Amino acid sequence: MTSCHIAEEPIKKVAIFGGTHGNELTGVFLVKHWLENGAEIQRTGLEVKPFIANPRAVKKCARYIDCDLNRIFDLENLGEQNIRFLHNKKDVFDFFQTSLAPLPCYIYLIEHPSLKYATTRSIAKYPVGIEVGPQPQGVLRADILDQMRKMIKHALDFIHHFNEGKEFPPCAIEVYKIIEKVDYPRDENGEIAAVIHPNLQDQDWKPLHPGDPMFLTLDGKTMSLGGDCTVYPVFVNEAAYYEKKEAFAKTTKLTLNAKSIRCSVH
Amino acid sequence: MCSLPVPREPLRRVAVTGGTHGNEMSGVYLAQHWLQAPAELQRLSFSAVPVLANPAATAACRRYVDHDLNRAFTSSFLNSRPTPDDPYEVTRARELNQLLGPKASGRAFDFVLDLHNTTANMGTCLIAKSSHEVFAMHLCRHLQLRYPELSCQVFLYQRSGEESYNLDSVAKNGLALELGPQPQGVLRADIFSRMRTLVATVLDFIELFNQGTAFPAFEMEAYRPVGVVDFPRTDAGNLAGTVHPQLQDRDFQPLQPGAPIFQMFSGEDLLYDGESTVYPVFINEAAYYEKGIAFVQTEKFTFTVPAMPVLNPVPSPAF
Repeated sequence: MTSCHIAEEPIKKVAIFGGTHGNELTGVFLVKHWLENGAEIQRTGLEVKPFIANPRAVKKCARYIDCDLNRIFDLENLGEQNIRFLHNKKDVFDFFQTSLAPLPCYIYLIEHPSLKYATTRSIAKYPVGIEVGPQPQGVLRADILDQMRKMIKHALDFIHHFNEGKEFPPCAIEVYKIIEKVDYPRDENGEIAAVIHPNLQDQDWKPLHPGDPMFLTLDGKTMSLGGDCTVYPVFVNEAAYYEKKEAFAKTTKLTLNAKSIRCSVH
Repeated sequence: MCSLPVPREPLRRVAVTGGTHGNEMSGVYLAQHWLQAPAELQRLSFSAVPVLANPAATAACRRYVDHDLNRAFTSSFLNSRPTPDDPYEVTRARELNQLLGPKASGRAFDFVLDLHNTTANMGTCLIAKSSHEVFAMHLCRHLQLRYPELSCQVFLYQRSGEESYNLDSVAKNGLALELGPQPQGVLRADIFSRMRTLVATVLDFIELFNQGTAFPAFEMEAYRPVGVVDFPRTDAGNLAGTVHPQLQDRDFQPLQPGAPIFQMFSGEDLLYDGESTVYPVFINEAAYYEKGIAFVQTEKFTFTVPAMPVLNPVPSPAF
């Protein structure tokens, strides 16, 4: 999604997915709460529905049962017919707008010929994921719950304002676009031979310059960033990515320009 | 079950166990590293044996496969007749009991150090059985004095009338290192490095003792459990709220009656309704949701630890 355009129709149906990964508890418990009492996610003129995307994984408090639900929504897995069916059936998205949110929000763009992945949300016309951290898998933190809840409130308010005819002027937004995934250094048996360096740990979104430490081997040696470009690491030391062979993702910072948008109905 | 008295001979048979829970990564990676390169576990008067306690759970990066290994060391599990349907960890506990025990026997290892991580903000926590474990208490004191910047807290787990069930209880003397916060499945360099340094210092302490160092009596402060508090739950048993922001990350800090402990999803606060100040630990530990524990309530107390016997120095090398 690289630019905005005047939508032909107001947004009618919004779905909010929690528990796409069963051990990411914030979404699980927000959705469970809204299934009991959905008042806070209702907006006039908009149908908002919460869903537990992976109930079996939620029950087991595991990321997934057999394979990662958030990687398989592609043609190969879904079949062309199903994709067409879903696109015609509903607009599914969770959307947020940086200027409405009081918390610092970073935008991670996974548009890349080989690194993009087929997310659950990609069945929608306007898919957006909200990633809040740090929170350990299997833990529900009140502060993170509060942040997620606020993001969703602002997202739904945005959609509502859009539907009501508010014009959103052109804007420039800074995004972090994925360039490359970096694996852990491994030994001849494929075992991890180095840890994310203490200087990089917890420094997501901050510039990493050539020569800056990236990894620390079990023998105490530092491995530094090569090349001649500054990058912006994200998903630094994500538990779920050890098996995906990703210690962190390198991104580049860009500014995207969006045209103004206004709901065409008004 | 009898607790063996303070050692009067050098400690020769020492083990360091990691991966008792397969997703607590500091111990997993240390144990795997030492199995390849054990040199740093060697001292003049002994060599510590590295053990990967739960290989199947480690391979799957899970806490356990069938049953929590660190709850499987009771005489009921260890001594009952093996059957083909036994949970993986019960079989494994019996193997470890043969290797490091048998528990409560004269043949048991002199010392086992078990390595753990927690998602709770417990910093550097030293877990021993009770204030009567003289050797372990002197060891804890040594770590506290050696690393004042870590503010090592001592947690004594034994509750009266209850049998110990954890791995390090199979040895004559034992200690667990519990370092956090670290998410399950994540290896943080800072915590890994701290764990490694602490293990080295534990082994150095055993060497000092073996070489005839005197350790005089002292006063110690520690925390012992007085109860547990579960999350607020719906009738169906699901979570109805979570740890309040004012309690989150405040392990070992005093909790007064009337202070908020939970925040409900519907917005209101639940307050602590106990009658006295407690010191919560294991606040919001991921692995304890299924055990019905949002936090463990402890009380702080002080006690005297008697001096240890001074050994005659060991002639070296001794192995």
